[in-house]
Amino acid sequence: MAQMRSMSFDAIIIGGGGSGLRAGLELAKSGKKTAVLSKVFPTRSHTVSAQGGITCAIGSADPNDDWRWHMYDTVKGSDYIGDQDAIEYMCQEGPKAVFELEHMGLPFSRFDNGRIYQRPFGGQSKDFGKGGQAARTCAAADRTGHALLHTLYQNNLKNGTVFLDEWYAVDLIRNASNDVVGVIAICIETGETVQINSKATVLATGGAGRIYASTTNALINTGDGVGMALRAGFPVQDIEMWQFHPTGIYGAGCLVTEGCRGEGGYLINKDGERFMERYAPNAKDLASRDVVARSMVQEMLEGRGCGENSDHVMLKLDHLGEETLMKRLPGIVDLAKTFAHVDPTKEPIPVVPTCHYMMGGIPTNVHGQAINIDQNGNDTVINGLYACGEVACVSVHGGNRLGGNSLLDLVVFGRAAGIFIEKALNEGVDYMEPSETDVENALSRLDRWNNSDSSGEEIHVLRKELQEVMQNNFGVFRKEEYMKDGVSKLADLRERIGKAYLPDKSDVFNTARVEALELDNLLEVAESTAIAALERRESRGAHSREDYPKRDDENWLKHSVYFPKEKTLGKRDVNFSPVSVDTFEPKERTY
Amino acid sequence: MVTNITNLGRSGVSDWLIQRVSAVLMTLFTVFMVAFLLFHPHLDYAAWSGLFERTWMRIFTLLTLLSIAAHAWVGLWIVSTDYIKKSCVRLGVQTAVVAALFAFVVWGVQVLWGA
Amino acid sequence: MSTLQVSMYRYNPETDDAPYMQEFQVDTQGRDLMVLNVIQMLKEQDSTLAYRRSCREGVCGSDGMNMNGKNGLSCVTALSEVVKNNRLVLRPLPGLPVVRDLVVDMGVFYKQYERIQPYLQNDQSTPSIERLQSPEERDKLDGLYECILCACCSTSCPSFWWNPDKFVGPAGLLQAYRFLADSRDTATTERLSGLDDPFSVFRCRGIMNCVNVCPKGLNPTRAIGKIRDMLLSNAT
Repeated sequence: MAQMRSMSFDAIIIGGGGSGLRAGLELAKSGKKTAVLSKVFPTRSHTVSAQGGITCAIGSADPNDDWRWHMYDTVKGSDYIGDQDAIEYMCQEGPKAVFELEHMGLPFSRFDNGRIYQRPFGGQSKDFGKGGQAARTCAAADRTGHALLHTLYQNNLKNGTVFLDEWYAVDLIRNASNDVVGVIAICIETGETVQINSKATVLATGGAGRIYASTTNALINTGDGVGMALRAGFPVQDIEMWQFHPTGIYGAGCLVTEGCRGEGGYLINKDGERFMERYAPNAKDLASRDVVARSMVQEMLEGRGCGENSDHVMLKLDHLGEETLMKRLPGIVDLAKTFAHVDPTKEPIPVVPTCHYMMGGIPTNVHGQAINIDQNGNDTVINGLYACGEVACVSVHGGNRLGGNSLLDLVVFGRAAGIFIEKALNEGVDYMEPSETDVENALSRLDRWNNSDSSGEEIHVLRKELQEVMQNNFGVFRKEEYMKDGVSKLADLRERIGKAYLPDKSDVFNTARVEALELDNLLEVAESTAIAALERRESRGAHSREDYPKRDDENWLKHSVYFPKEKTLGKRDVNFSPVSVDTFEPKERTY
Repeated sequence: MVTNITNLGRSGVSDWLIQRVSAVLMTLFTVFMVAFLLFHPHLDYAAWSGLFERTWMRIFTLLTLLSIAAHAWVGLWIVSTDYIKKSCVRLGVQTAVVAALFAFVVWGVQVLWGA
Repeated sequence: MSTLQVSMYRYNPETDDAPYMQEFQVDTQGRDLMVLNVIQMLKEQDSTLAYRRSCREGVCGSDGMNMNGKNGLSCVTALSEVVKNNRLVLRPLPGLPVVRDLVVDMGVFYKQYERIQPYLQNDQSTPSIERLQSPEERDKLDGLYECILCACCSTSCPSFWWNPDKFVGPAGLLQAYRFLADSRDTATTERLSGLDDPFSVFRCRGIMNCVNVCPKGLNPTRAIGKIRDMLLSNAT
């Protein structure tokens, strides 16, 4: 092939969402030669869709609030497979990270005393579950993600971060000792393929909700980082843990924030009954998301759902009054009018649990360093590779993420990765140069598509089929036989996707090629999800099995670790050793 | 900030203000003239030249004339920068406009205070 | 009648000498789809079609385009809002160079955004908690911070068409005012002096095309008026 252009950076961050931009900002401020590479202009990243807020014990709504209470809620919410050292770090560092955002200009809503507005969210409590509902989610109306992403982008502009906008990362480049030394990327506008060398490669590519047919996620959430890691032979952790958000708009899938219930909205079935009172007598509609989603599906299965097919329930907001809705939830009023054709100030919104968040991902430590597991089952750091945000599994969310914790995760661990990389670079990093073969390996997938012929199937057909398999066989409730069927269907899809056809081989802004490359990633995420879900034979957090309805702490108080080469599932210890507080021991989880 | 040296007031605010103030003056003059003509349905030369004998009327008229020139300069400068993309042509047009406006003003002074 | 006639602007610089309109027929089965759904169906017919999209719910600002003559976001524009006589004409946002099909080069638009220094500037010492701001002060940012940079407004503005390198345009000016109006920002004087020329702000002729097309219902013209008032009271 012709000579490929190469670029070199101290750090390359792949993904321009909340965590990528936070890491980029930290590194740009340090003066390191940093680039943020994003397949869309950064403010188009999916962080922009986050609505309700960022959960953090800043002591505004309640001056006595304590980060340890937040930690307790998060550990409990994770169904006890969140790493307690990481959760401790997040909850403790959180206020600093949130105040930094405010100082950068994030337009938070305010209380009368001028402090940041906080609203109640699901799974929040005071005094380690004994003090009733807390209000801990800092909000900018119902556009917190938008406000956060734009603020971070603006501050990256201020600090001179280099942006590679509308570039697509294809695969990681690994040297002979399996260190990550850069990435192959395509400039979408020109179609040029470039070798990017870097001492630190940060995956901040977000989630992969598009493996499901119905999702709140943006069309760009195709799990590119997970795909790249798996193809490089690195493991992923807890990938079977997918959060179904209770309130996606029925039919359209758009997210309706949990903040609606935080502000006093509630769910009703076809009889108008507030059914969450039966499932979670204390927290009611503000039980954690896995609990609410399951309760909703239960209602539908028992024929109390709305509509002819009993396939959704209703979110009632009108009793809050037009003034509150327009002040606190203006975006939701808009969305409901546009996508559900209802005016929430007058009538309830039809909603259904919808795929929302990938709790699993690339295992990392609190510094964002990606972790591999050696033959003896010990953690080893993958040199040169970092991950933060949704693509990473630190793990602060374990089996179920609490609302408002994702934005906190982004900024706390984006920042932590940036700080650590700066330190590592200062101490000196020296990896072996990649050989020509190493680079060719990273290019092989692109070459495959570029040489594909018309005997292969069409990309959109395969994608749809994959999404249907995941939707039907790996939904809210899971069962061995369906999952086995799903795994074999995915194996068949792997065959066919390996031969699929890219008809458009042009260079300039070829979105068909990007969609082809994304399809590979969707498949990687889907298959690892399927195998991990099948193998975790218990119910925990968002992973709910009809055939194993109980949590099995004896065998499964563990992270699952999926190894892509062998396609097997191993286990990894959960951290129960926070530094400054006592361990939160697993208890029965009720709300 | 965009710099430009061919506009009248050298700043956006002053150009904007000049245009508004000159417009008000032109309006006042127009209203006055219409009223004058309505009150003098059988206007003759004596009355008309009598009006312009008065110093305040001469000053008022000169002010209006200057307003027209300033208003036109600002307006035509904007039009030229919008639509004429070739800078040498634009400069030529701007120069011609300024020269013409200057000539009109001088001519006006001559009419008002001349013999 | 459920077959929609779609006329699509096509241009691929690698193969086409000039842009052209391509006719498509889409079976909508009588559903009131969003325009983006229709484009996705077209992409299944012809995978070479290029367009931007991301969130598909009107918050990311990727899919600004010109639909039957009016700029808007395709993902939140229902067919019933734009289609006349069963016909939909799709073109890229006007006034910017076309990269391919519906994809425009937004470089000059972003440059104007960067020019207004779109970040909070505060020269006071940083408190250990957040800076306080009363709800009334915060209310002043409503209608400003919600901008999604979709460029629907600026590319519907003739002044931006004529002088995209000098006139900041409605989107950039809305953000300029967002920081001027923020009680936490202390760079008001510097910000104003960067705008006090005949082009940056004053090329706005107040025709309100921007207000007419903004998919978020924002009002850049009002913000521009407020900047002008600030400049005026600063200068006189």
